[in-house]
Amino acid sequence: MNTGVRRHFNEELDEVQANLMAMAGLAEDMVARAFDAIQLRDRGALAVLRDMDRQVDDLELTLDEQVMELLALQQPMARDLRFLLSTLKISNDLERVGDHAVNLARAARKMAKYPLLQDMPELEEMAAITRSMLRDALSAFTNRDVSLALEVCARDDEVDNLRRSLFRILVTRMSEDPRAISPALEALRASQNLERIADLSTNVSEEVVFLTTGETIKHGASLPDHEGSEDG
Amino acid sequence: MSTDPGRDRRRKWAGAAFWALCWAATMVGIVALMILLVDIIMDGASQLRPEFFTSFASRFPERAGILAPLMGTLWILGLTALIAFPVSVGAAIYLEEYAPQNWLTRVIQVNIANLAGVPSIVYGILGLAVFVRWMGLERSVISGALTLSILILPVIILASQEAIRAVPLSLRQAAYGLGATRWQVTRHQVLPMALPGILTGTILALSRAVGETAPLIMIGALTFIAFTPQGLMDEFTVLPIQIYNWVSRPQDEFRQIAAAAILVLLTLLLTMNAAAIILRNRFSRMRVR
Amino acid sequence: MPTVHDIETGGRPPALEAHNLTVSYGTTKAVDDVSLVVPANKVVALIGPSGCGKSTLLRCFNRMNDLIPGAQVSGEVDFHGQNLYAPDVDPVEVRRRIGMVFQKPNPFPKSIYDNIAFGPRINGFQGDLDGLVETSLKQAALWQEVSDRLGSSAYDLSGGQQQRLCIARTLAVTPEIVLMDEPASALDPIATQRIEDLIFELKQDYTIVIVTHNMQQAARVSDYTAFLYMGHLVEYGPTDMMFTNPTEERTEAYVTGRFG
Repeated sequence: MNTGVRRHFNEELDEVQANLMAMAGLAEDMVARAFDAIQLRDRGALAVLRDMDRQVDDLELTLDEQVMELLALQQPMARDLRFLLSTLKISNDLERVGDHAVNLARAARKMAKYPLLQDMPELEEMAAITRSMLRDALSAFTNRDVSLALEVCARDDEVDNLRRSLFRILVTRMSEDPRAISPALEALRASQNLERIADLSTNVSEEVVFLTTGETIKHGASLPDHEGSEDG
Repeated sequence: MSTDPGRDRRRKWAGAAFWALCWAATMVGIVALMILLVDIIMDGASQLRPEFFTSFASRFPERAGILAPLMGTLWILGLTALIAFPVSVGAAIYLEEYAPQNWLTRVIQVNIANLAGVPSIVYGILGLAVFVRWMGLERSVISGALTLSILILPVIILASQEAIRAVPLSLRQAAYGLGATRWQVTRHQVLPMALPGILTGTILALSRAVGETAPLIMIGALTFIAFTPQGLMDEFTVLPIQIYNWVSRPQDEFRQIAAAAILVLLTLLLTMNAAAIILRNRFSRMRVR
Repeated sequence: MPTVHDIETGGRPPALEAHNLTVSYGTTKAVDDVSLVVPANKVVALIGPSGCGKSTLLRCFNRMNDLIPGAQVSGEVDFHGQNLYAPDVDPVEVRRRIGMVFQKPNPFPKSIYDNIAFGPRINGFQGDLDGLVETSLKQAALWQEVSDRLGSSAYDLSGGQQQRLCIARTLAVTPEIVLMDEPASALDPIATQRIEDLIFELKQDYTIVIVTHNMQQAARVSDYTAFLYMGHLVEYGPTDMMFTNPTEERTEAYVTGRFG
């Protein structure tokens, strides 16, 4: 509502939201391109992603300044306060997503030097789940959707399991064929980065729950049962 | 807190006794006034015929009337109002808004306050010396009005100053803040707001002047005239003087018409005071909240 | 020595420049050698503890201190390159171009219309008075609430409405600068918020200098903040810097609420 009281402050909050959404869009895009780079053996993707990462970093600095100014000058309370605190944490998470996407692109470049490893459905599945987790976490933030956020947190275990089975598979391959060691290590690195991205998506979801309900579900805490407590 | 029934009872009695004392004091004034009023009405009511108001004084009480003194009083009232009001209000405005805050202003202020308490006969002597003799105005209506004006000047000035002072500083500041000159602030904000208080003070001062006898005798108001004033330089008489004259006659009938004249004077005074009160009440609703 | 940070005037001449302003009552100095620049179309807040001289300083800008007996002002206030305290300057004209809104709403005991019309009338306004009244009320965000009862008494309005009426009244004489002396301190929080929103709108057309004892209000509303203490200017700079990273220790102590 940008009419009437505190219009100026509301406009500033909208700006913060817009910057955060821009960061989110960039992060999602970076992860998509990074994994495409792995599949398509694209060595040029790294330069593009580095560039996008710089933009993400700039946005993080901008958001830091904006949030500090709003906290100092506007005395935000309640939902406004939770929104600004969540913004700081989410922007931090998104910045690291960007970094991990750059790492994926690096791994892609290295993997492209070697003959294609046999199909690794686990890696593809990891990538698919991770991408959907990130997308859903950001969507939950946009729509303040608590149930979607909770779903995202639930999927984190899958990704962890997939990484562990991929690890076993790759270890087997490496012991069978020494020429597979280098690409396999890169694949391993890729899977670690993907797992980190999934973790960060979970963080974002936890922030969304805090922002919307004021309750924290970090580190294993569970959402208390309120009657009809979920705010829009 | 311990309760001492004895002390409580004494306190209640003390309170009741105090209340009774105050009530009695009030009643003294009211009862005295009532007795006076009833006495006057009984004496004079019968004399309030229409001819009473249209006849002149006469040696015969049944033919005497108050036309001359009534017209004289009205003339004096009107002239005094016309002279005293602008002069007093002007002085009050000067003292409150324009005068610098130095010792001279303070001296003037103290003097004005003191003048309000000077006995009225002194003003009569002053009027005689200055207006009748030195200015050569003789014993005319204008001399009487000028004398009474000076008499009530201090009263109106003080009342007007109070009214002007009561206008809140915030209103003046607001007007100055908009780029008003001192005169514009005074004329458009201060005076309109102070006017009810000024008018009330003026009416009360005038009602005092109406009852003044001594100064007018000093400047030579007559007692037995058979004409009404037609111009400023005419001779005159006023109700209080006429009453005094009738009361000092031996015949009883004269006392009766004196009582009737007193009633007329009282009515005039009460009307003026009522007007002052109504004015004050009506405008106090518009005070700054 | 005060710390004065760079004030961005955006290449435009400043609205006001104060040089070495000192105001004394007898031997006590309420304002002691204060110099600062007020940029055009910005909001400058004067903050500081009670008795620090901020209201006195504000009154220097439109020569309202002239009306206080015993106040002696030295120094210069430059407005359009002219010193307001030069001997040939008419304070009445100064006050028309630099308006003031006071702490307690003080509408005249007249109708809403006459309140607003007073200023233009005494300044000899000849044009469309109705239009001017409407414009002023719209600028003060009050038109919609009172357009159907312009003839009713100003005292029928609520406190917040009365203060907006006073703002409209000040705007009606089309000043360039509007000085506000704690304009919301007598109002409830909702009315206060509306005044703050209004200030934000007004700064597009006017320059505003506001005195406030509520430093959160200064933080919300102003572009530049000056911190005064015991008549001295301690620090003056952009508001976000003053509240997030001031240079002077006394400023930091004041804004963090650790003063005294």
